[in-house]
Amino acid sequence: MNATVAGLTWHSLVGRRRAVLLFVLPAVLLALALLVRLVSGQSAGAAADLLGSFSLGFLIPLLCLIAGTGAIGPEIDDGSIVYLLAKPLNRYVIAVSKWVVALGVIVIFGVLPTLAAGFIMAGSDSNLATGYAAGALLAGIAYATVFLLLAVLTRNAVVIGLLYALVWEAAIGGYVPGAQALSIQQWALAVTQKMVGDQASGLGIESAVGLGAGVTLLVVVTVAGLAYTGYRLRSIRINGDE
Amino acid sequence: MTATVPYRPRTAGAPVTMKLEQVSRWFGNVVAVNDVSMTIGPGVTGLLGPNGAGKSTLIHLMSGFLPPSSGTVTIDGETTWHNESIYRRIGLVPEREAMYDGVSGWNFVLSNAKLHRLPDPQAAARRAIETVDMESAAGRDVGTYSKGMKQRIKMATALVHDPDVLLLDEPFNGMDPRQRLQLMDLMAELGRNGRVVLFSSHILEEVEQIAAGIEVMVAGRHAASGDFREIRRLMTERPHQYTIRSSDDRALAAALIADGSTAGVELGRRSGTEILNVQATDYNRFAHRLPVFARERGIRLYEVTPADESLEKVFSYLVSR
Repeated sequence: MNATVAGLTWHSLVGRRRAVLLFVLPAVLLALALLVRLVSGQSAGAAADLLGSFSLGFLIPLLCLIAGTGAIGPEIDDGSIVYLLAKPLNRYVIAVSKWVVALGVIVIFGVLPTLAAGFIMAGSDSNLATGYAAGALLAGIAYATVFLLLAVLTRNAVVIGLLYALVWEAAIGGYVPGAQALSIQQWALAVTQKMVGDQASGLGIESAVGLGAGVTLLVVVTVAGLAYTGYRLRSIRINGDE
Repeated sequence: MTATVPYRPRTAGAPVTMKLEQVSRWFGNVVAVNDVSMTIGPGVTGLLGPNGAGKSTLIHLMSGFLPPSSGTVTIDGETTWHNESIYRRIGLVPEREAMYDGVSGWNFVLSNAKLHRLPDPQAAARRAIETVDMESAAGRDVGTYSKGMKQRIKMATALVHDPDVLLLDEPFNGMDPRQRLQLMDLMAELGRNGRVVLFSSHILEEVEQIAAGIEVMVAGRHAASGDFREIRRLMTERPHQYTIRSSDDRALAAALIADGSTAGVELGRRSGTEILNVQATDYNRFAHRLPVFARERGIRLYEVTPADESLEKVFSYLVSR
């Protein structure tokens, strides 16, 4: 971890116009949570529905896409990455520093709002708020890794990431059992399900994978993804405009 | 930029040498750099060639951002590709303008100093910013800078760790004449202090004013190498074509043809306007005599355009010699 790389990355991420989305998405979640609370009162069922579909199913993947690709993609596109790479810096350190910043953004704008929304709608009932916040954090860790790697691998990272998060996970993963096993959302949901406990199935919180498999896959994707990002960054080729 | 360079002369040890040995780089079917070998020592070297000649690709190969498809690029025997520690010795000024726009110039240079893990990054950043004369604008965000200011702050980031090798890709782009002269002075002094200073340019005059050594690239090939004056002599010996528009083309034509600097003049028309096509044989004499003739005869010069001064033509002439 290098504080200077992290500082420059933070400036790039929250300084760009796309950062508006960082504020809009959690604001929408909190507004919806307040609305649900006002209309339905304290309701674990409504909380599980909103946190499962909007937070874990939409906000977290989209936020991770913005933060994960935004942490390095624009620098590669416009060439300013040269100022980091033309330094005697270990490329894995650069990758980890950018990943940490992306994760920080995800925690601030995704995980904490999920926790707050859970408490607003369900109070401390059934560990729903903490369960979904933990799920959001673990999903965020894996998503951020995948999207950071994508941004190093391809200039079409945002499009591919959107296809994965919204088409594969939300559409195909929602209906095809085999596809569900290859879904970060489902791996993280296994943790949420475990934390919510016995009431989980009654609230419709059911992961397609077991807890052991979910956690293992999250760890494998994160560690392997970060290692490969550092490796690719070491061999990244920068060409002139000619 | 300050006239004196506050960087140590490099006197200890053997002179720095950057070596390219039979380097080629291709992208798919396109050969960007073709079997280039050169050795660059301390001093200022100009990498000259028209746009698309492979200069930027060569600088990226030298700075370790591209692996050669074949051949080797080394600095004092150390390869530049896959070698992060080489950046302790290289300062790079990229051609592309993009930096971290939301960061102030001071913070940007300071960040570069910290990334180099310098013992006193504040002092190093201050020295680099003073060297490029950007103290007054250092507090402003990089995104608000003019092109010339961006070039200078890029130069500061390249100098901040006092590198042995300075690679500059089209460094004079966007600079006004004063800034250009200051940067030239700075580069010349760094070169005199024992550093390898290599810069690319497609403008002959820039290279002529500053570079003792010159490497000419044409269409990916290493077309010429050596002393600029010799290459320049070859260039100036060739006939130059000019298009002139004036208040009295005929009188000017008569004066020019009577003078020894021109081999031929021809009256012609372009878009309904009378023009004069001149073939100058003695470039320096022609450049000196033309305004004198015009003034003596009360002729106003509206346009004097070199008709064949594109680098491609100059270089194809050079290569054909």
